[in-house]
Amino acid sequence: MKLRPDSEFPADLKLRADFPLLVNNPDLHYLDSAATSQKPRVVLDALRDFYETANANPHRGAYALSVRATECYHQARVRIAEFLGVVDSDCLIFTRGTTEGLNLVASAWGMANVASGDEIVVTAMDHHANFVPWQVLAMRRGAKFRVCELTPDGKIDLDFLAGLLNERTKIVAFSHVSNALGTINPIAEIARLVREKTGAILVCDGAQSAPHFPVSFDSLGVDFYAFSGHKMLGPMGIGGLIGKREMLEAMSPYQTGGDMIEFVHDDRTTWNVLPHKFEAGTPNAANAVGLAAAVEYLDNIGMDRVRSHERALMSAAQKRLEAIDGLRIYGPPASERSGVLSFTLGDVHPHDLATILDGEGVCIRAGHHCAQPLMRRLDVPATARASFYVYNDESDIEALVAGILKAREIFGYAPV
Amino acid sequence: MAQPRSAAEIGALYQELILDHYRRPRNKGTLEKADASAEVKNPLCGDEIGLQVAFDGDCVCDLKFSGRGCAISQASASMMTQLVKGKKTEEIDAIWKQFRDLMIGAESDADEAQLGPLRALSGVARFPARVKCALLAWNALESALALRSV
Repeated sequence: MKLRPDSEFPADLKLRADFPLLVNNPDLHYLDSAATSQKPRVVLDALRDFYETANANPHRGAYALSVRATECYHQARVRIAEFLGVVDSDCLIFTRGTTEGLNLVASAWGMANVASGDEIVVTAMDHHANFVPWQVLAMRRGAKFRVCELTPDGKIDLDFLAGLLNERTKIVAFSHVSNALGTINPIAEIARLVREKTGAILVCDGAQSAPHFPVSFDSLGVDFYAFSGHKMLGPMGIGGLIGKREMLEAMSPYQTGGDMIEFVHDDRTTWNVLPHKFEAGTPNAANAVGLAAAVEYLDNIGMDRVRSHERALMSAAQKRLEAIDGLRIYGPPASERSGVLSFTLGDVHPHDLATILDGEGVCIRAGHHCAQPLMRRLDVPATARASFYVYNDESDIEALVAGILKAREIFGYAPV
Repeated sequence: MAQPRSAAEIGALYQELILDHYRRPRNKGTLEKADASAEVKNPLCGDEIGLQVAFDGDCVCDLKFSGRGCAISQASASMMTQLVKGKKTEEIDAIWKQFRDLMIGAESDADEAQLGPLRALSGVARFPARVKCALLAWNALESALALRSV
């Protein structure tokens, strides 16, 4: 993504009134959207509306209501595919979230295509969801599991990556944006490197990119992209995996059961077409409809504007935090990060910091952010993480700074 | 719905004594000769406590802890070692039960004085997300004592 100066990014969205939880808690400063986002009223309304007007089992009934449920579910898929730049919407498989999408690829593609002696590459900044499935796959297939190191400022070390790649590399999995540091990875450059040196498939964890800036799968240059609905204003329990049609068609099913079959005989079964082949059982139609309402909401704001709002907040917060004695921010410069600020304060443990911030009504995440390999490399057990989204504004930064100063007051100052 | 904590509750949580034990932990290190040891981790937050115990009959004559973590877990470990050192295992069991009751906010008839410095941790009971931090060292001690009784 192109980098432009901070002045081009005003933090001018005023959307708090659209989010019932924030309206009900006027003193709450929610800065944990990288964990999960709050939900706008339109999403909650869409869920209720589905259950009140269209609820039936999709793809099953011969009656009008089931046809309506099927149509709602189908339209949701088309709408979300459009949002993520997928022309062929059958290539968007609904999953429970990013974790299930990545496990689907590891299981359905990996078990069939990775052999003993092959190599799988992940990066040291990956979330456990994009680390452990590949580690387990490597162990099951007798493949080599290789971890790409990072630069000191928390970016993928591209030279190191180039050195890892060879003709045995079968899978390269990486995150579009680091959940712990906010690093926006140069996806095109990574794809070019991998294509140049290997025939590996590229799997991208999009959990932290789809919610925060424009993403167009068809021009990303990766083979699979997984995302979570709940981090992008949608309901929990719905997300998706996008894959290239020829690869999805060549893959065996992930789970088996109803809906994903064509014909079942006593001695064999044939599979349904995409996307149903990968969606065994009753689909989560209501949440798909909710997620479609979320992307509609985001599109109405405009993803460029979402990005610019977050970037403005992040830069403002970074300036304020940098001025606090003993506070250390991790990761690359603000211009190369999404709306995530990962930091520590002197010898105050992040959990204590989070508890004190909670006292000020500020919600942040403290811990290893499901990225223990990264924490080990940063040589910290945990960091505090504040993350921004469309409903945040400058008052949230004020409260964050006030809370951090309060922690300084309680703990005194003891540099590490 | 979400209710921010009061300043008084935060103040009660981070008392001077707790910060003192966090910054100047007592009985931190390793024993030259231990009869039992245990290590516990909280995978949620990465806090770790290692504990080594030396016995003299049914008395804990010495113990040391190691590890890292938040102020609550480290201060609790430090205070615990200070309190149980030199006590009989059955006295320790009684203190452990009383401290657990304090953490879960249960009524107790026992004399609070026997909790010694641990009383400073009473504010933790108001923070359910942090109770496990305060109990971590005690879980290690329980494991070490169980090893001893096998």
